[in-house]
Amino acid sequence: MSGSQIVHPHRSPAMKWVGVALLFIALAAMPFALAAVGQTWVRVINLALLYVMLALGLNIVVGFAGLLDLGYIAFYAVGAYSYALLSSPHFGIHLPFWISLPIGFVVAAMFGVLLGAPTLKLRGDYLAIVTLGFGEIIRIFMNNLNAPVNITNGPQGINLVDPLMIGSFSFGKNEIIAGLSISGPMKVYYPLMGLTILIILLNLRLQDSRIGRAWEAIREDEIAASAMGINTRNIKLLAFAMGASFGGLAGGLFASIQGFISPESFGLLESVMVLSMVVLGGMGNIPGVILGAVLLTGLPEFIRFTVVPAQQMIFGKVIVDPEAIRMLVFGLALIVVMLVRPAGIWPSSIRKRELTSP
Amino acid sequence: MDTFIQQLINGITLGSVYALVALGYTMVYGIIGLINFAHGELVMVGALVSLSVIKLLMGAGLGLPPVLIVVLGVAAAIPVCMLLAFVMERVAYRPLRGAPRLAPLITAIGVSIVLQNIAMMIWGRSYFSFPPLLNVTTYDVGGAALTDLQVFIVLLAGLLMAGLMWIVHRTRLGLAMRATSQNLQVAGLMGIDSNRIIVAAFVIGAALAAVAGTMVSSYYGIAHYYMGFMLGLKAFTAAVLGGIGNLGGAMLGGMLLGLIEALGAGYIGDLTGGILGSNYQDVFAFFVLIGVLIVRPAGLLGNSNTERS
Repeated sequence: MSGSQIVHPHRSPAMKWVGVALLFIALAAMPFALAAVGQTWVRVINLALLYVMLALGLNIVVGFAGLLDLGYIAFYAVGAYSYALLSSPHFGIHLPFWISLPIGFVVAAMFGVLLGAPTLKLRGDYLAIVTLGFGEIIRIFMNNLNAPVNITNGPQGINLVDPLMIGSFSFGKNEIIAGLSISGPMKVYYPLMGLTILIILLNLRLQDSRIGRAWEAIREDEIAASAMGINTRNIKLLAFAMGASFGGLAGGLFASIQGFISPESFGLLESVMVLSMVVLGGMGNIPGVILGAVLLTGLPEFIRFTVVPAQQMIFGKVIVDPEAIRMLVFGLALIVVMLVRPAGIWPSSIRKRELTSP
Repeated sequence: MDTFIQQLINGITLGSVYALVALGYTMVYGIIGLINFAHGELVMVGALVSLSVIKLLMGAGLGLPPVLIVVLGVAAAIPVCMLLAFVMERVAYRPLRGAPRLAPLITAIGVSIVLQNIAMMIWGRSYFSFPPLLNVTTYDVGGAALTDLQVFIVLLAGLLMAGLMWIVHRTRLGLAMRATSQNLQVAGLMGIDSNRIIVAAFVIGAALAAVAGTMVSSYYGIAHYYMGFMLGLKAFTAAVLGGIGNLGGAMLGGMLLGLIEALGAGYIGDLTGGILGSNYQDVFAFFVLIGVLIVRPAGLLGNSNTERS
């Protein structure tokens, strides 16, 4: 009955594989096409991929299990700091990414359980405010853990974080390969896209699994779910842990791509942003959430590049602060989209049925 | 001992401001179950409008007494905030009544972002300092400093809260508000225009927010387009701490949060042997909140039957 496995009887398996192959070619060619427009857009697509991972992680907690989490960015922070501390000159440790990334993944999952456990009894908005509190606590600790022992380097953050490296091949440097000039962001796009696809597949499989159905049952009615023999405590903790681990993975990648992290990147506004992606795209529906993440990452960047020229064209000069317009339009877009499509741009079919049935 | 009294005084002042803002959250939540994320921005708008009017009147050189100037500043801010709340409810929340629960939360976030950026366009990014208009007299209370501004803030907040309680418990509007918060549909069947009641909750909360905004900017001496966010977050925390949807709870929560923050900031260094400084004061507040909610999942005065999921 799930929405993601629609059977197309008229489509032969061969056709399907041709489609998949075409999609792969398009995805592989994407950074080159974007680089032709401008290197900035390659960075934007990388950022969008990170947000897709984050949004899918949060979607497990909010969309599947129905637990409103307003402090999700804490796990992103935990992943980013784990990676940065293990692969930067800050402690002089330079572990390769295939060790420090998984460590970030596991540490974030542990934090997910740690923060999830005390909140099991809470519901709805009370859960939201407690998770928000946890998110703020983690941010404040990162801001202040530079004394008495300097762990996080406080508000200055951690610099010179190692890029992804395989042997001497660095994903952070610009390089000319086979006559093609390939920039760092273009290189990093491929592992990012690979991991994103992996996470998407994992999510699709999870949704249709026993665990996924248990999450859905808890979302709809926790008491009934537990009466059906679902161990609600463990299943909820599993949702927190899995959501957090994807966030941690995205955080580690963020640290490696950016090369610099500070507590400022992990404020409440970021949590709210990721939540907006999930809700605006269509909570609980994987394609919708991906769409929401890409749209909400792309839109502000798109506005950034159009606001100044548009003002110059109309008024002959820049009269309004472009940064203010960018966020203003973003805020208006959030309002308008929710007014027009209250269930999200691409809602899950189950949700839609719930909303329209009498 | 004087640290204790000093932090007690600061905490009560801060707490009464939190309580005023928390009331706005709790009234709206109590009736339609919406976390009005944009409420903190109303505090910011109130602060900036009153500050602008005060500066304008001072610059005009009419020779008005300082107290009157401040009163006029507040009087200008209140209708602006009320109007904003009215428009906000009409445009962003009313069309979504009966929509999935998270939809109005997202529009609230949108409204918050929009208000912040409009304020940034009008007032710029810089900090506004409150003009040295009021002659603040400082009294000595057991070795601690108490200003008449603090006394005034606490008294005015108390008066406003008493007024609100009077409206809610003694007037027909209040009766309708209480009925609507218990059951919106049934109250509608009894002939109550629930839309009017919801607007009333928004608008009254906005008026309180405008006053609170002026209080904060005069107390700390600054106003800023971004000030509403953290203040709103704290006030919302206070409302949840006391039990959201409960007016008395919001007041209690606000006071407690103010006291916890002030005392925490004053003593955390001594308690931890200097390892943790006063920069951990926010952590303190959140830890208390989490602790309270784990023991009492519906807040201090909340009724677990009204818990919404």
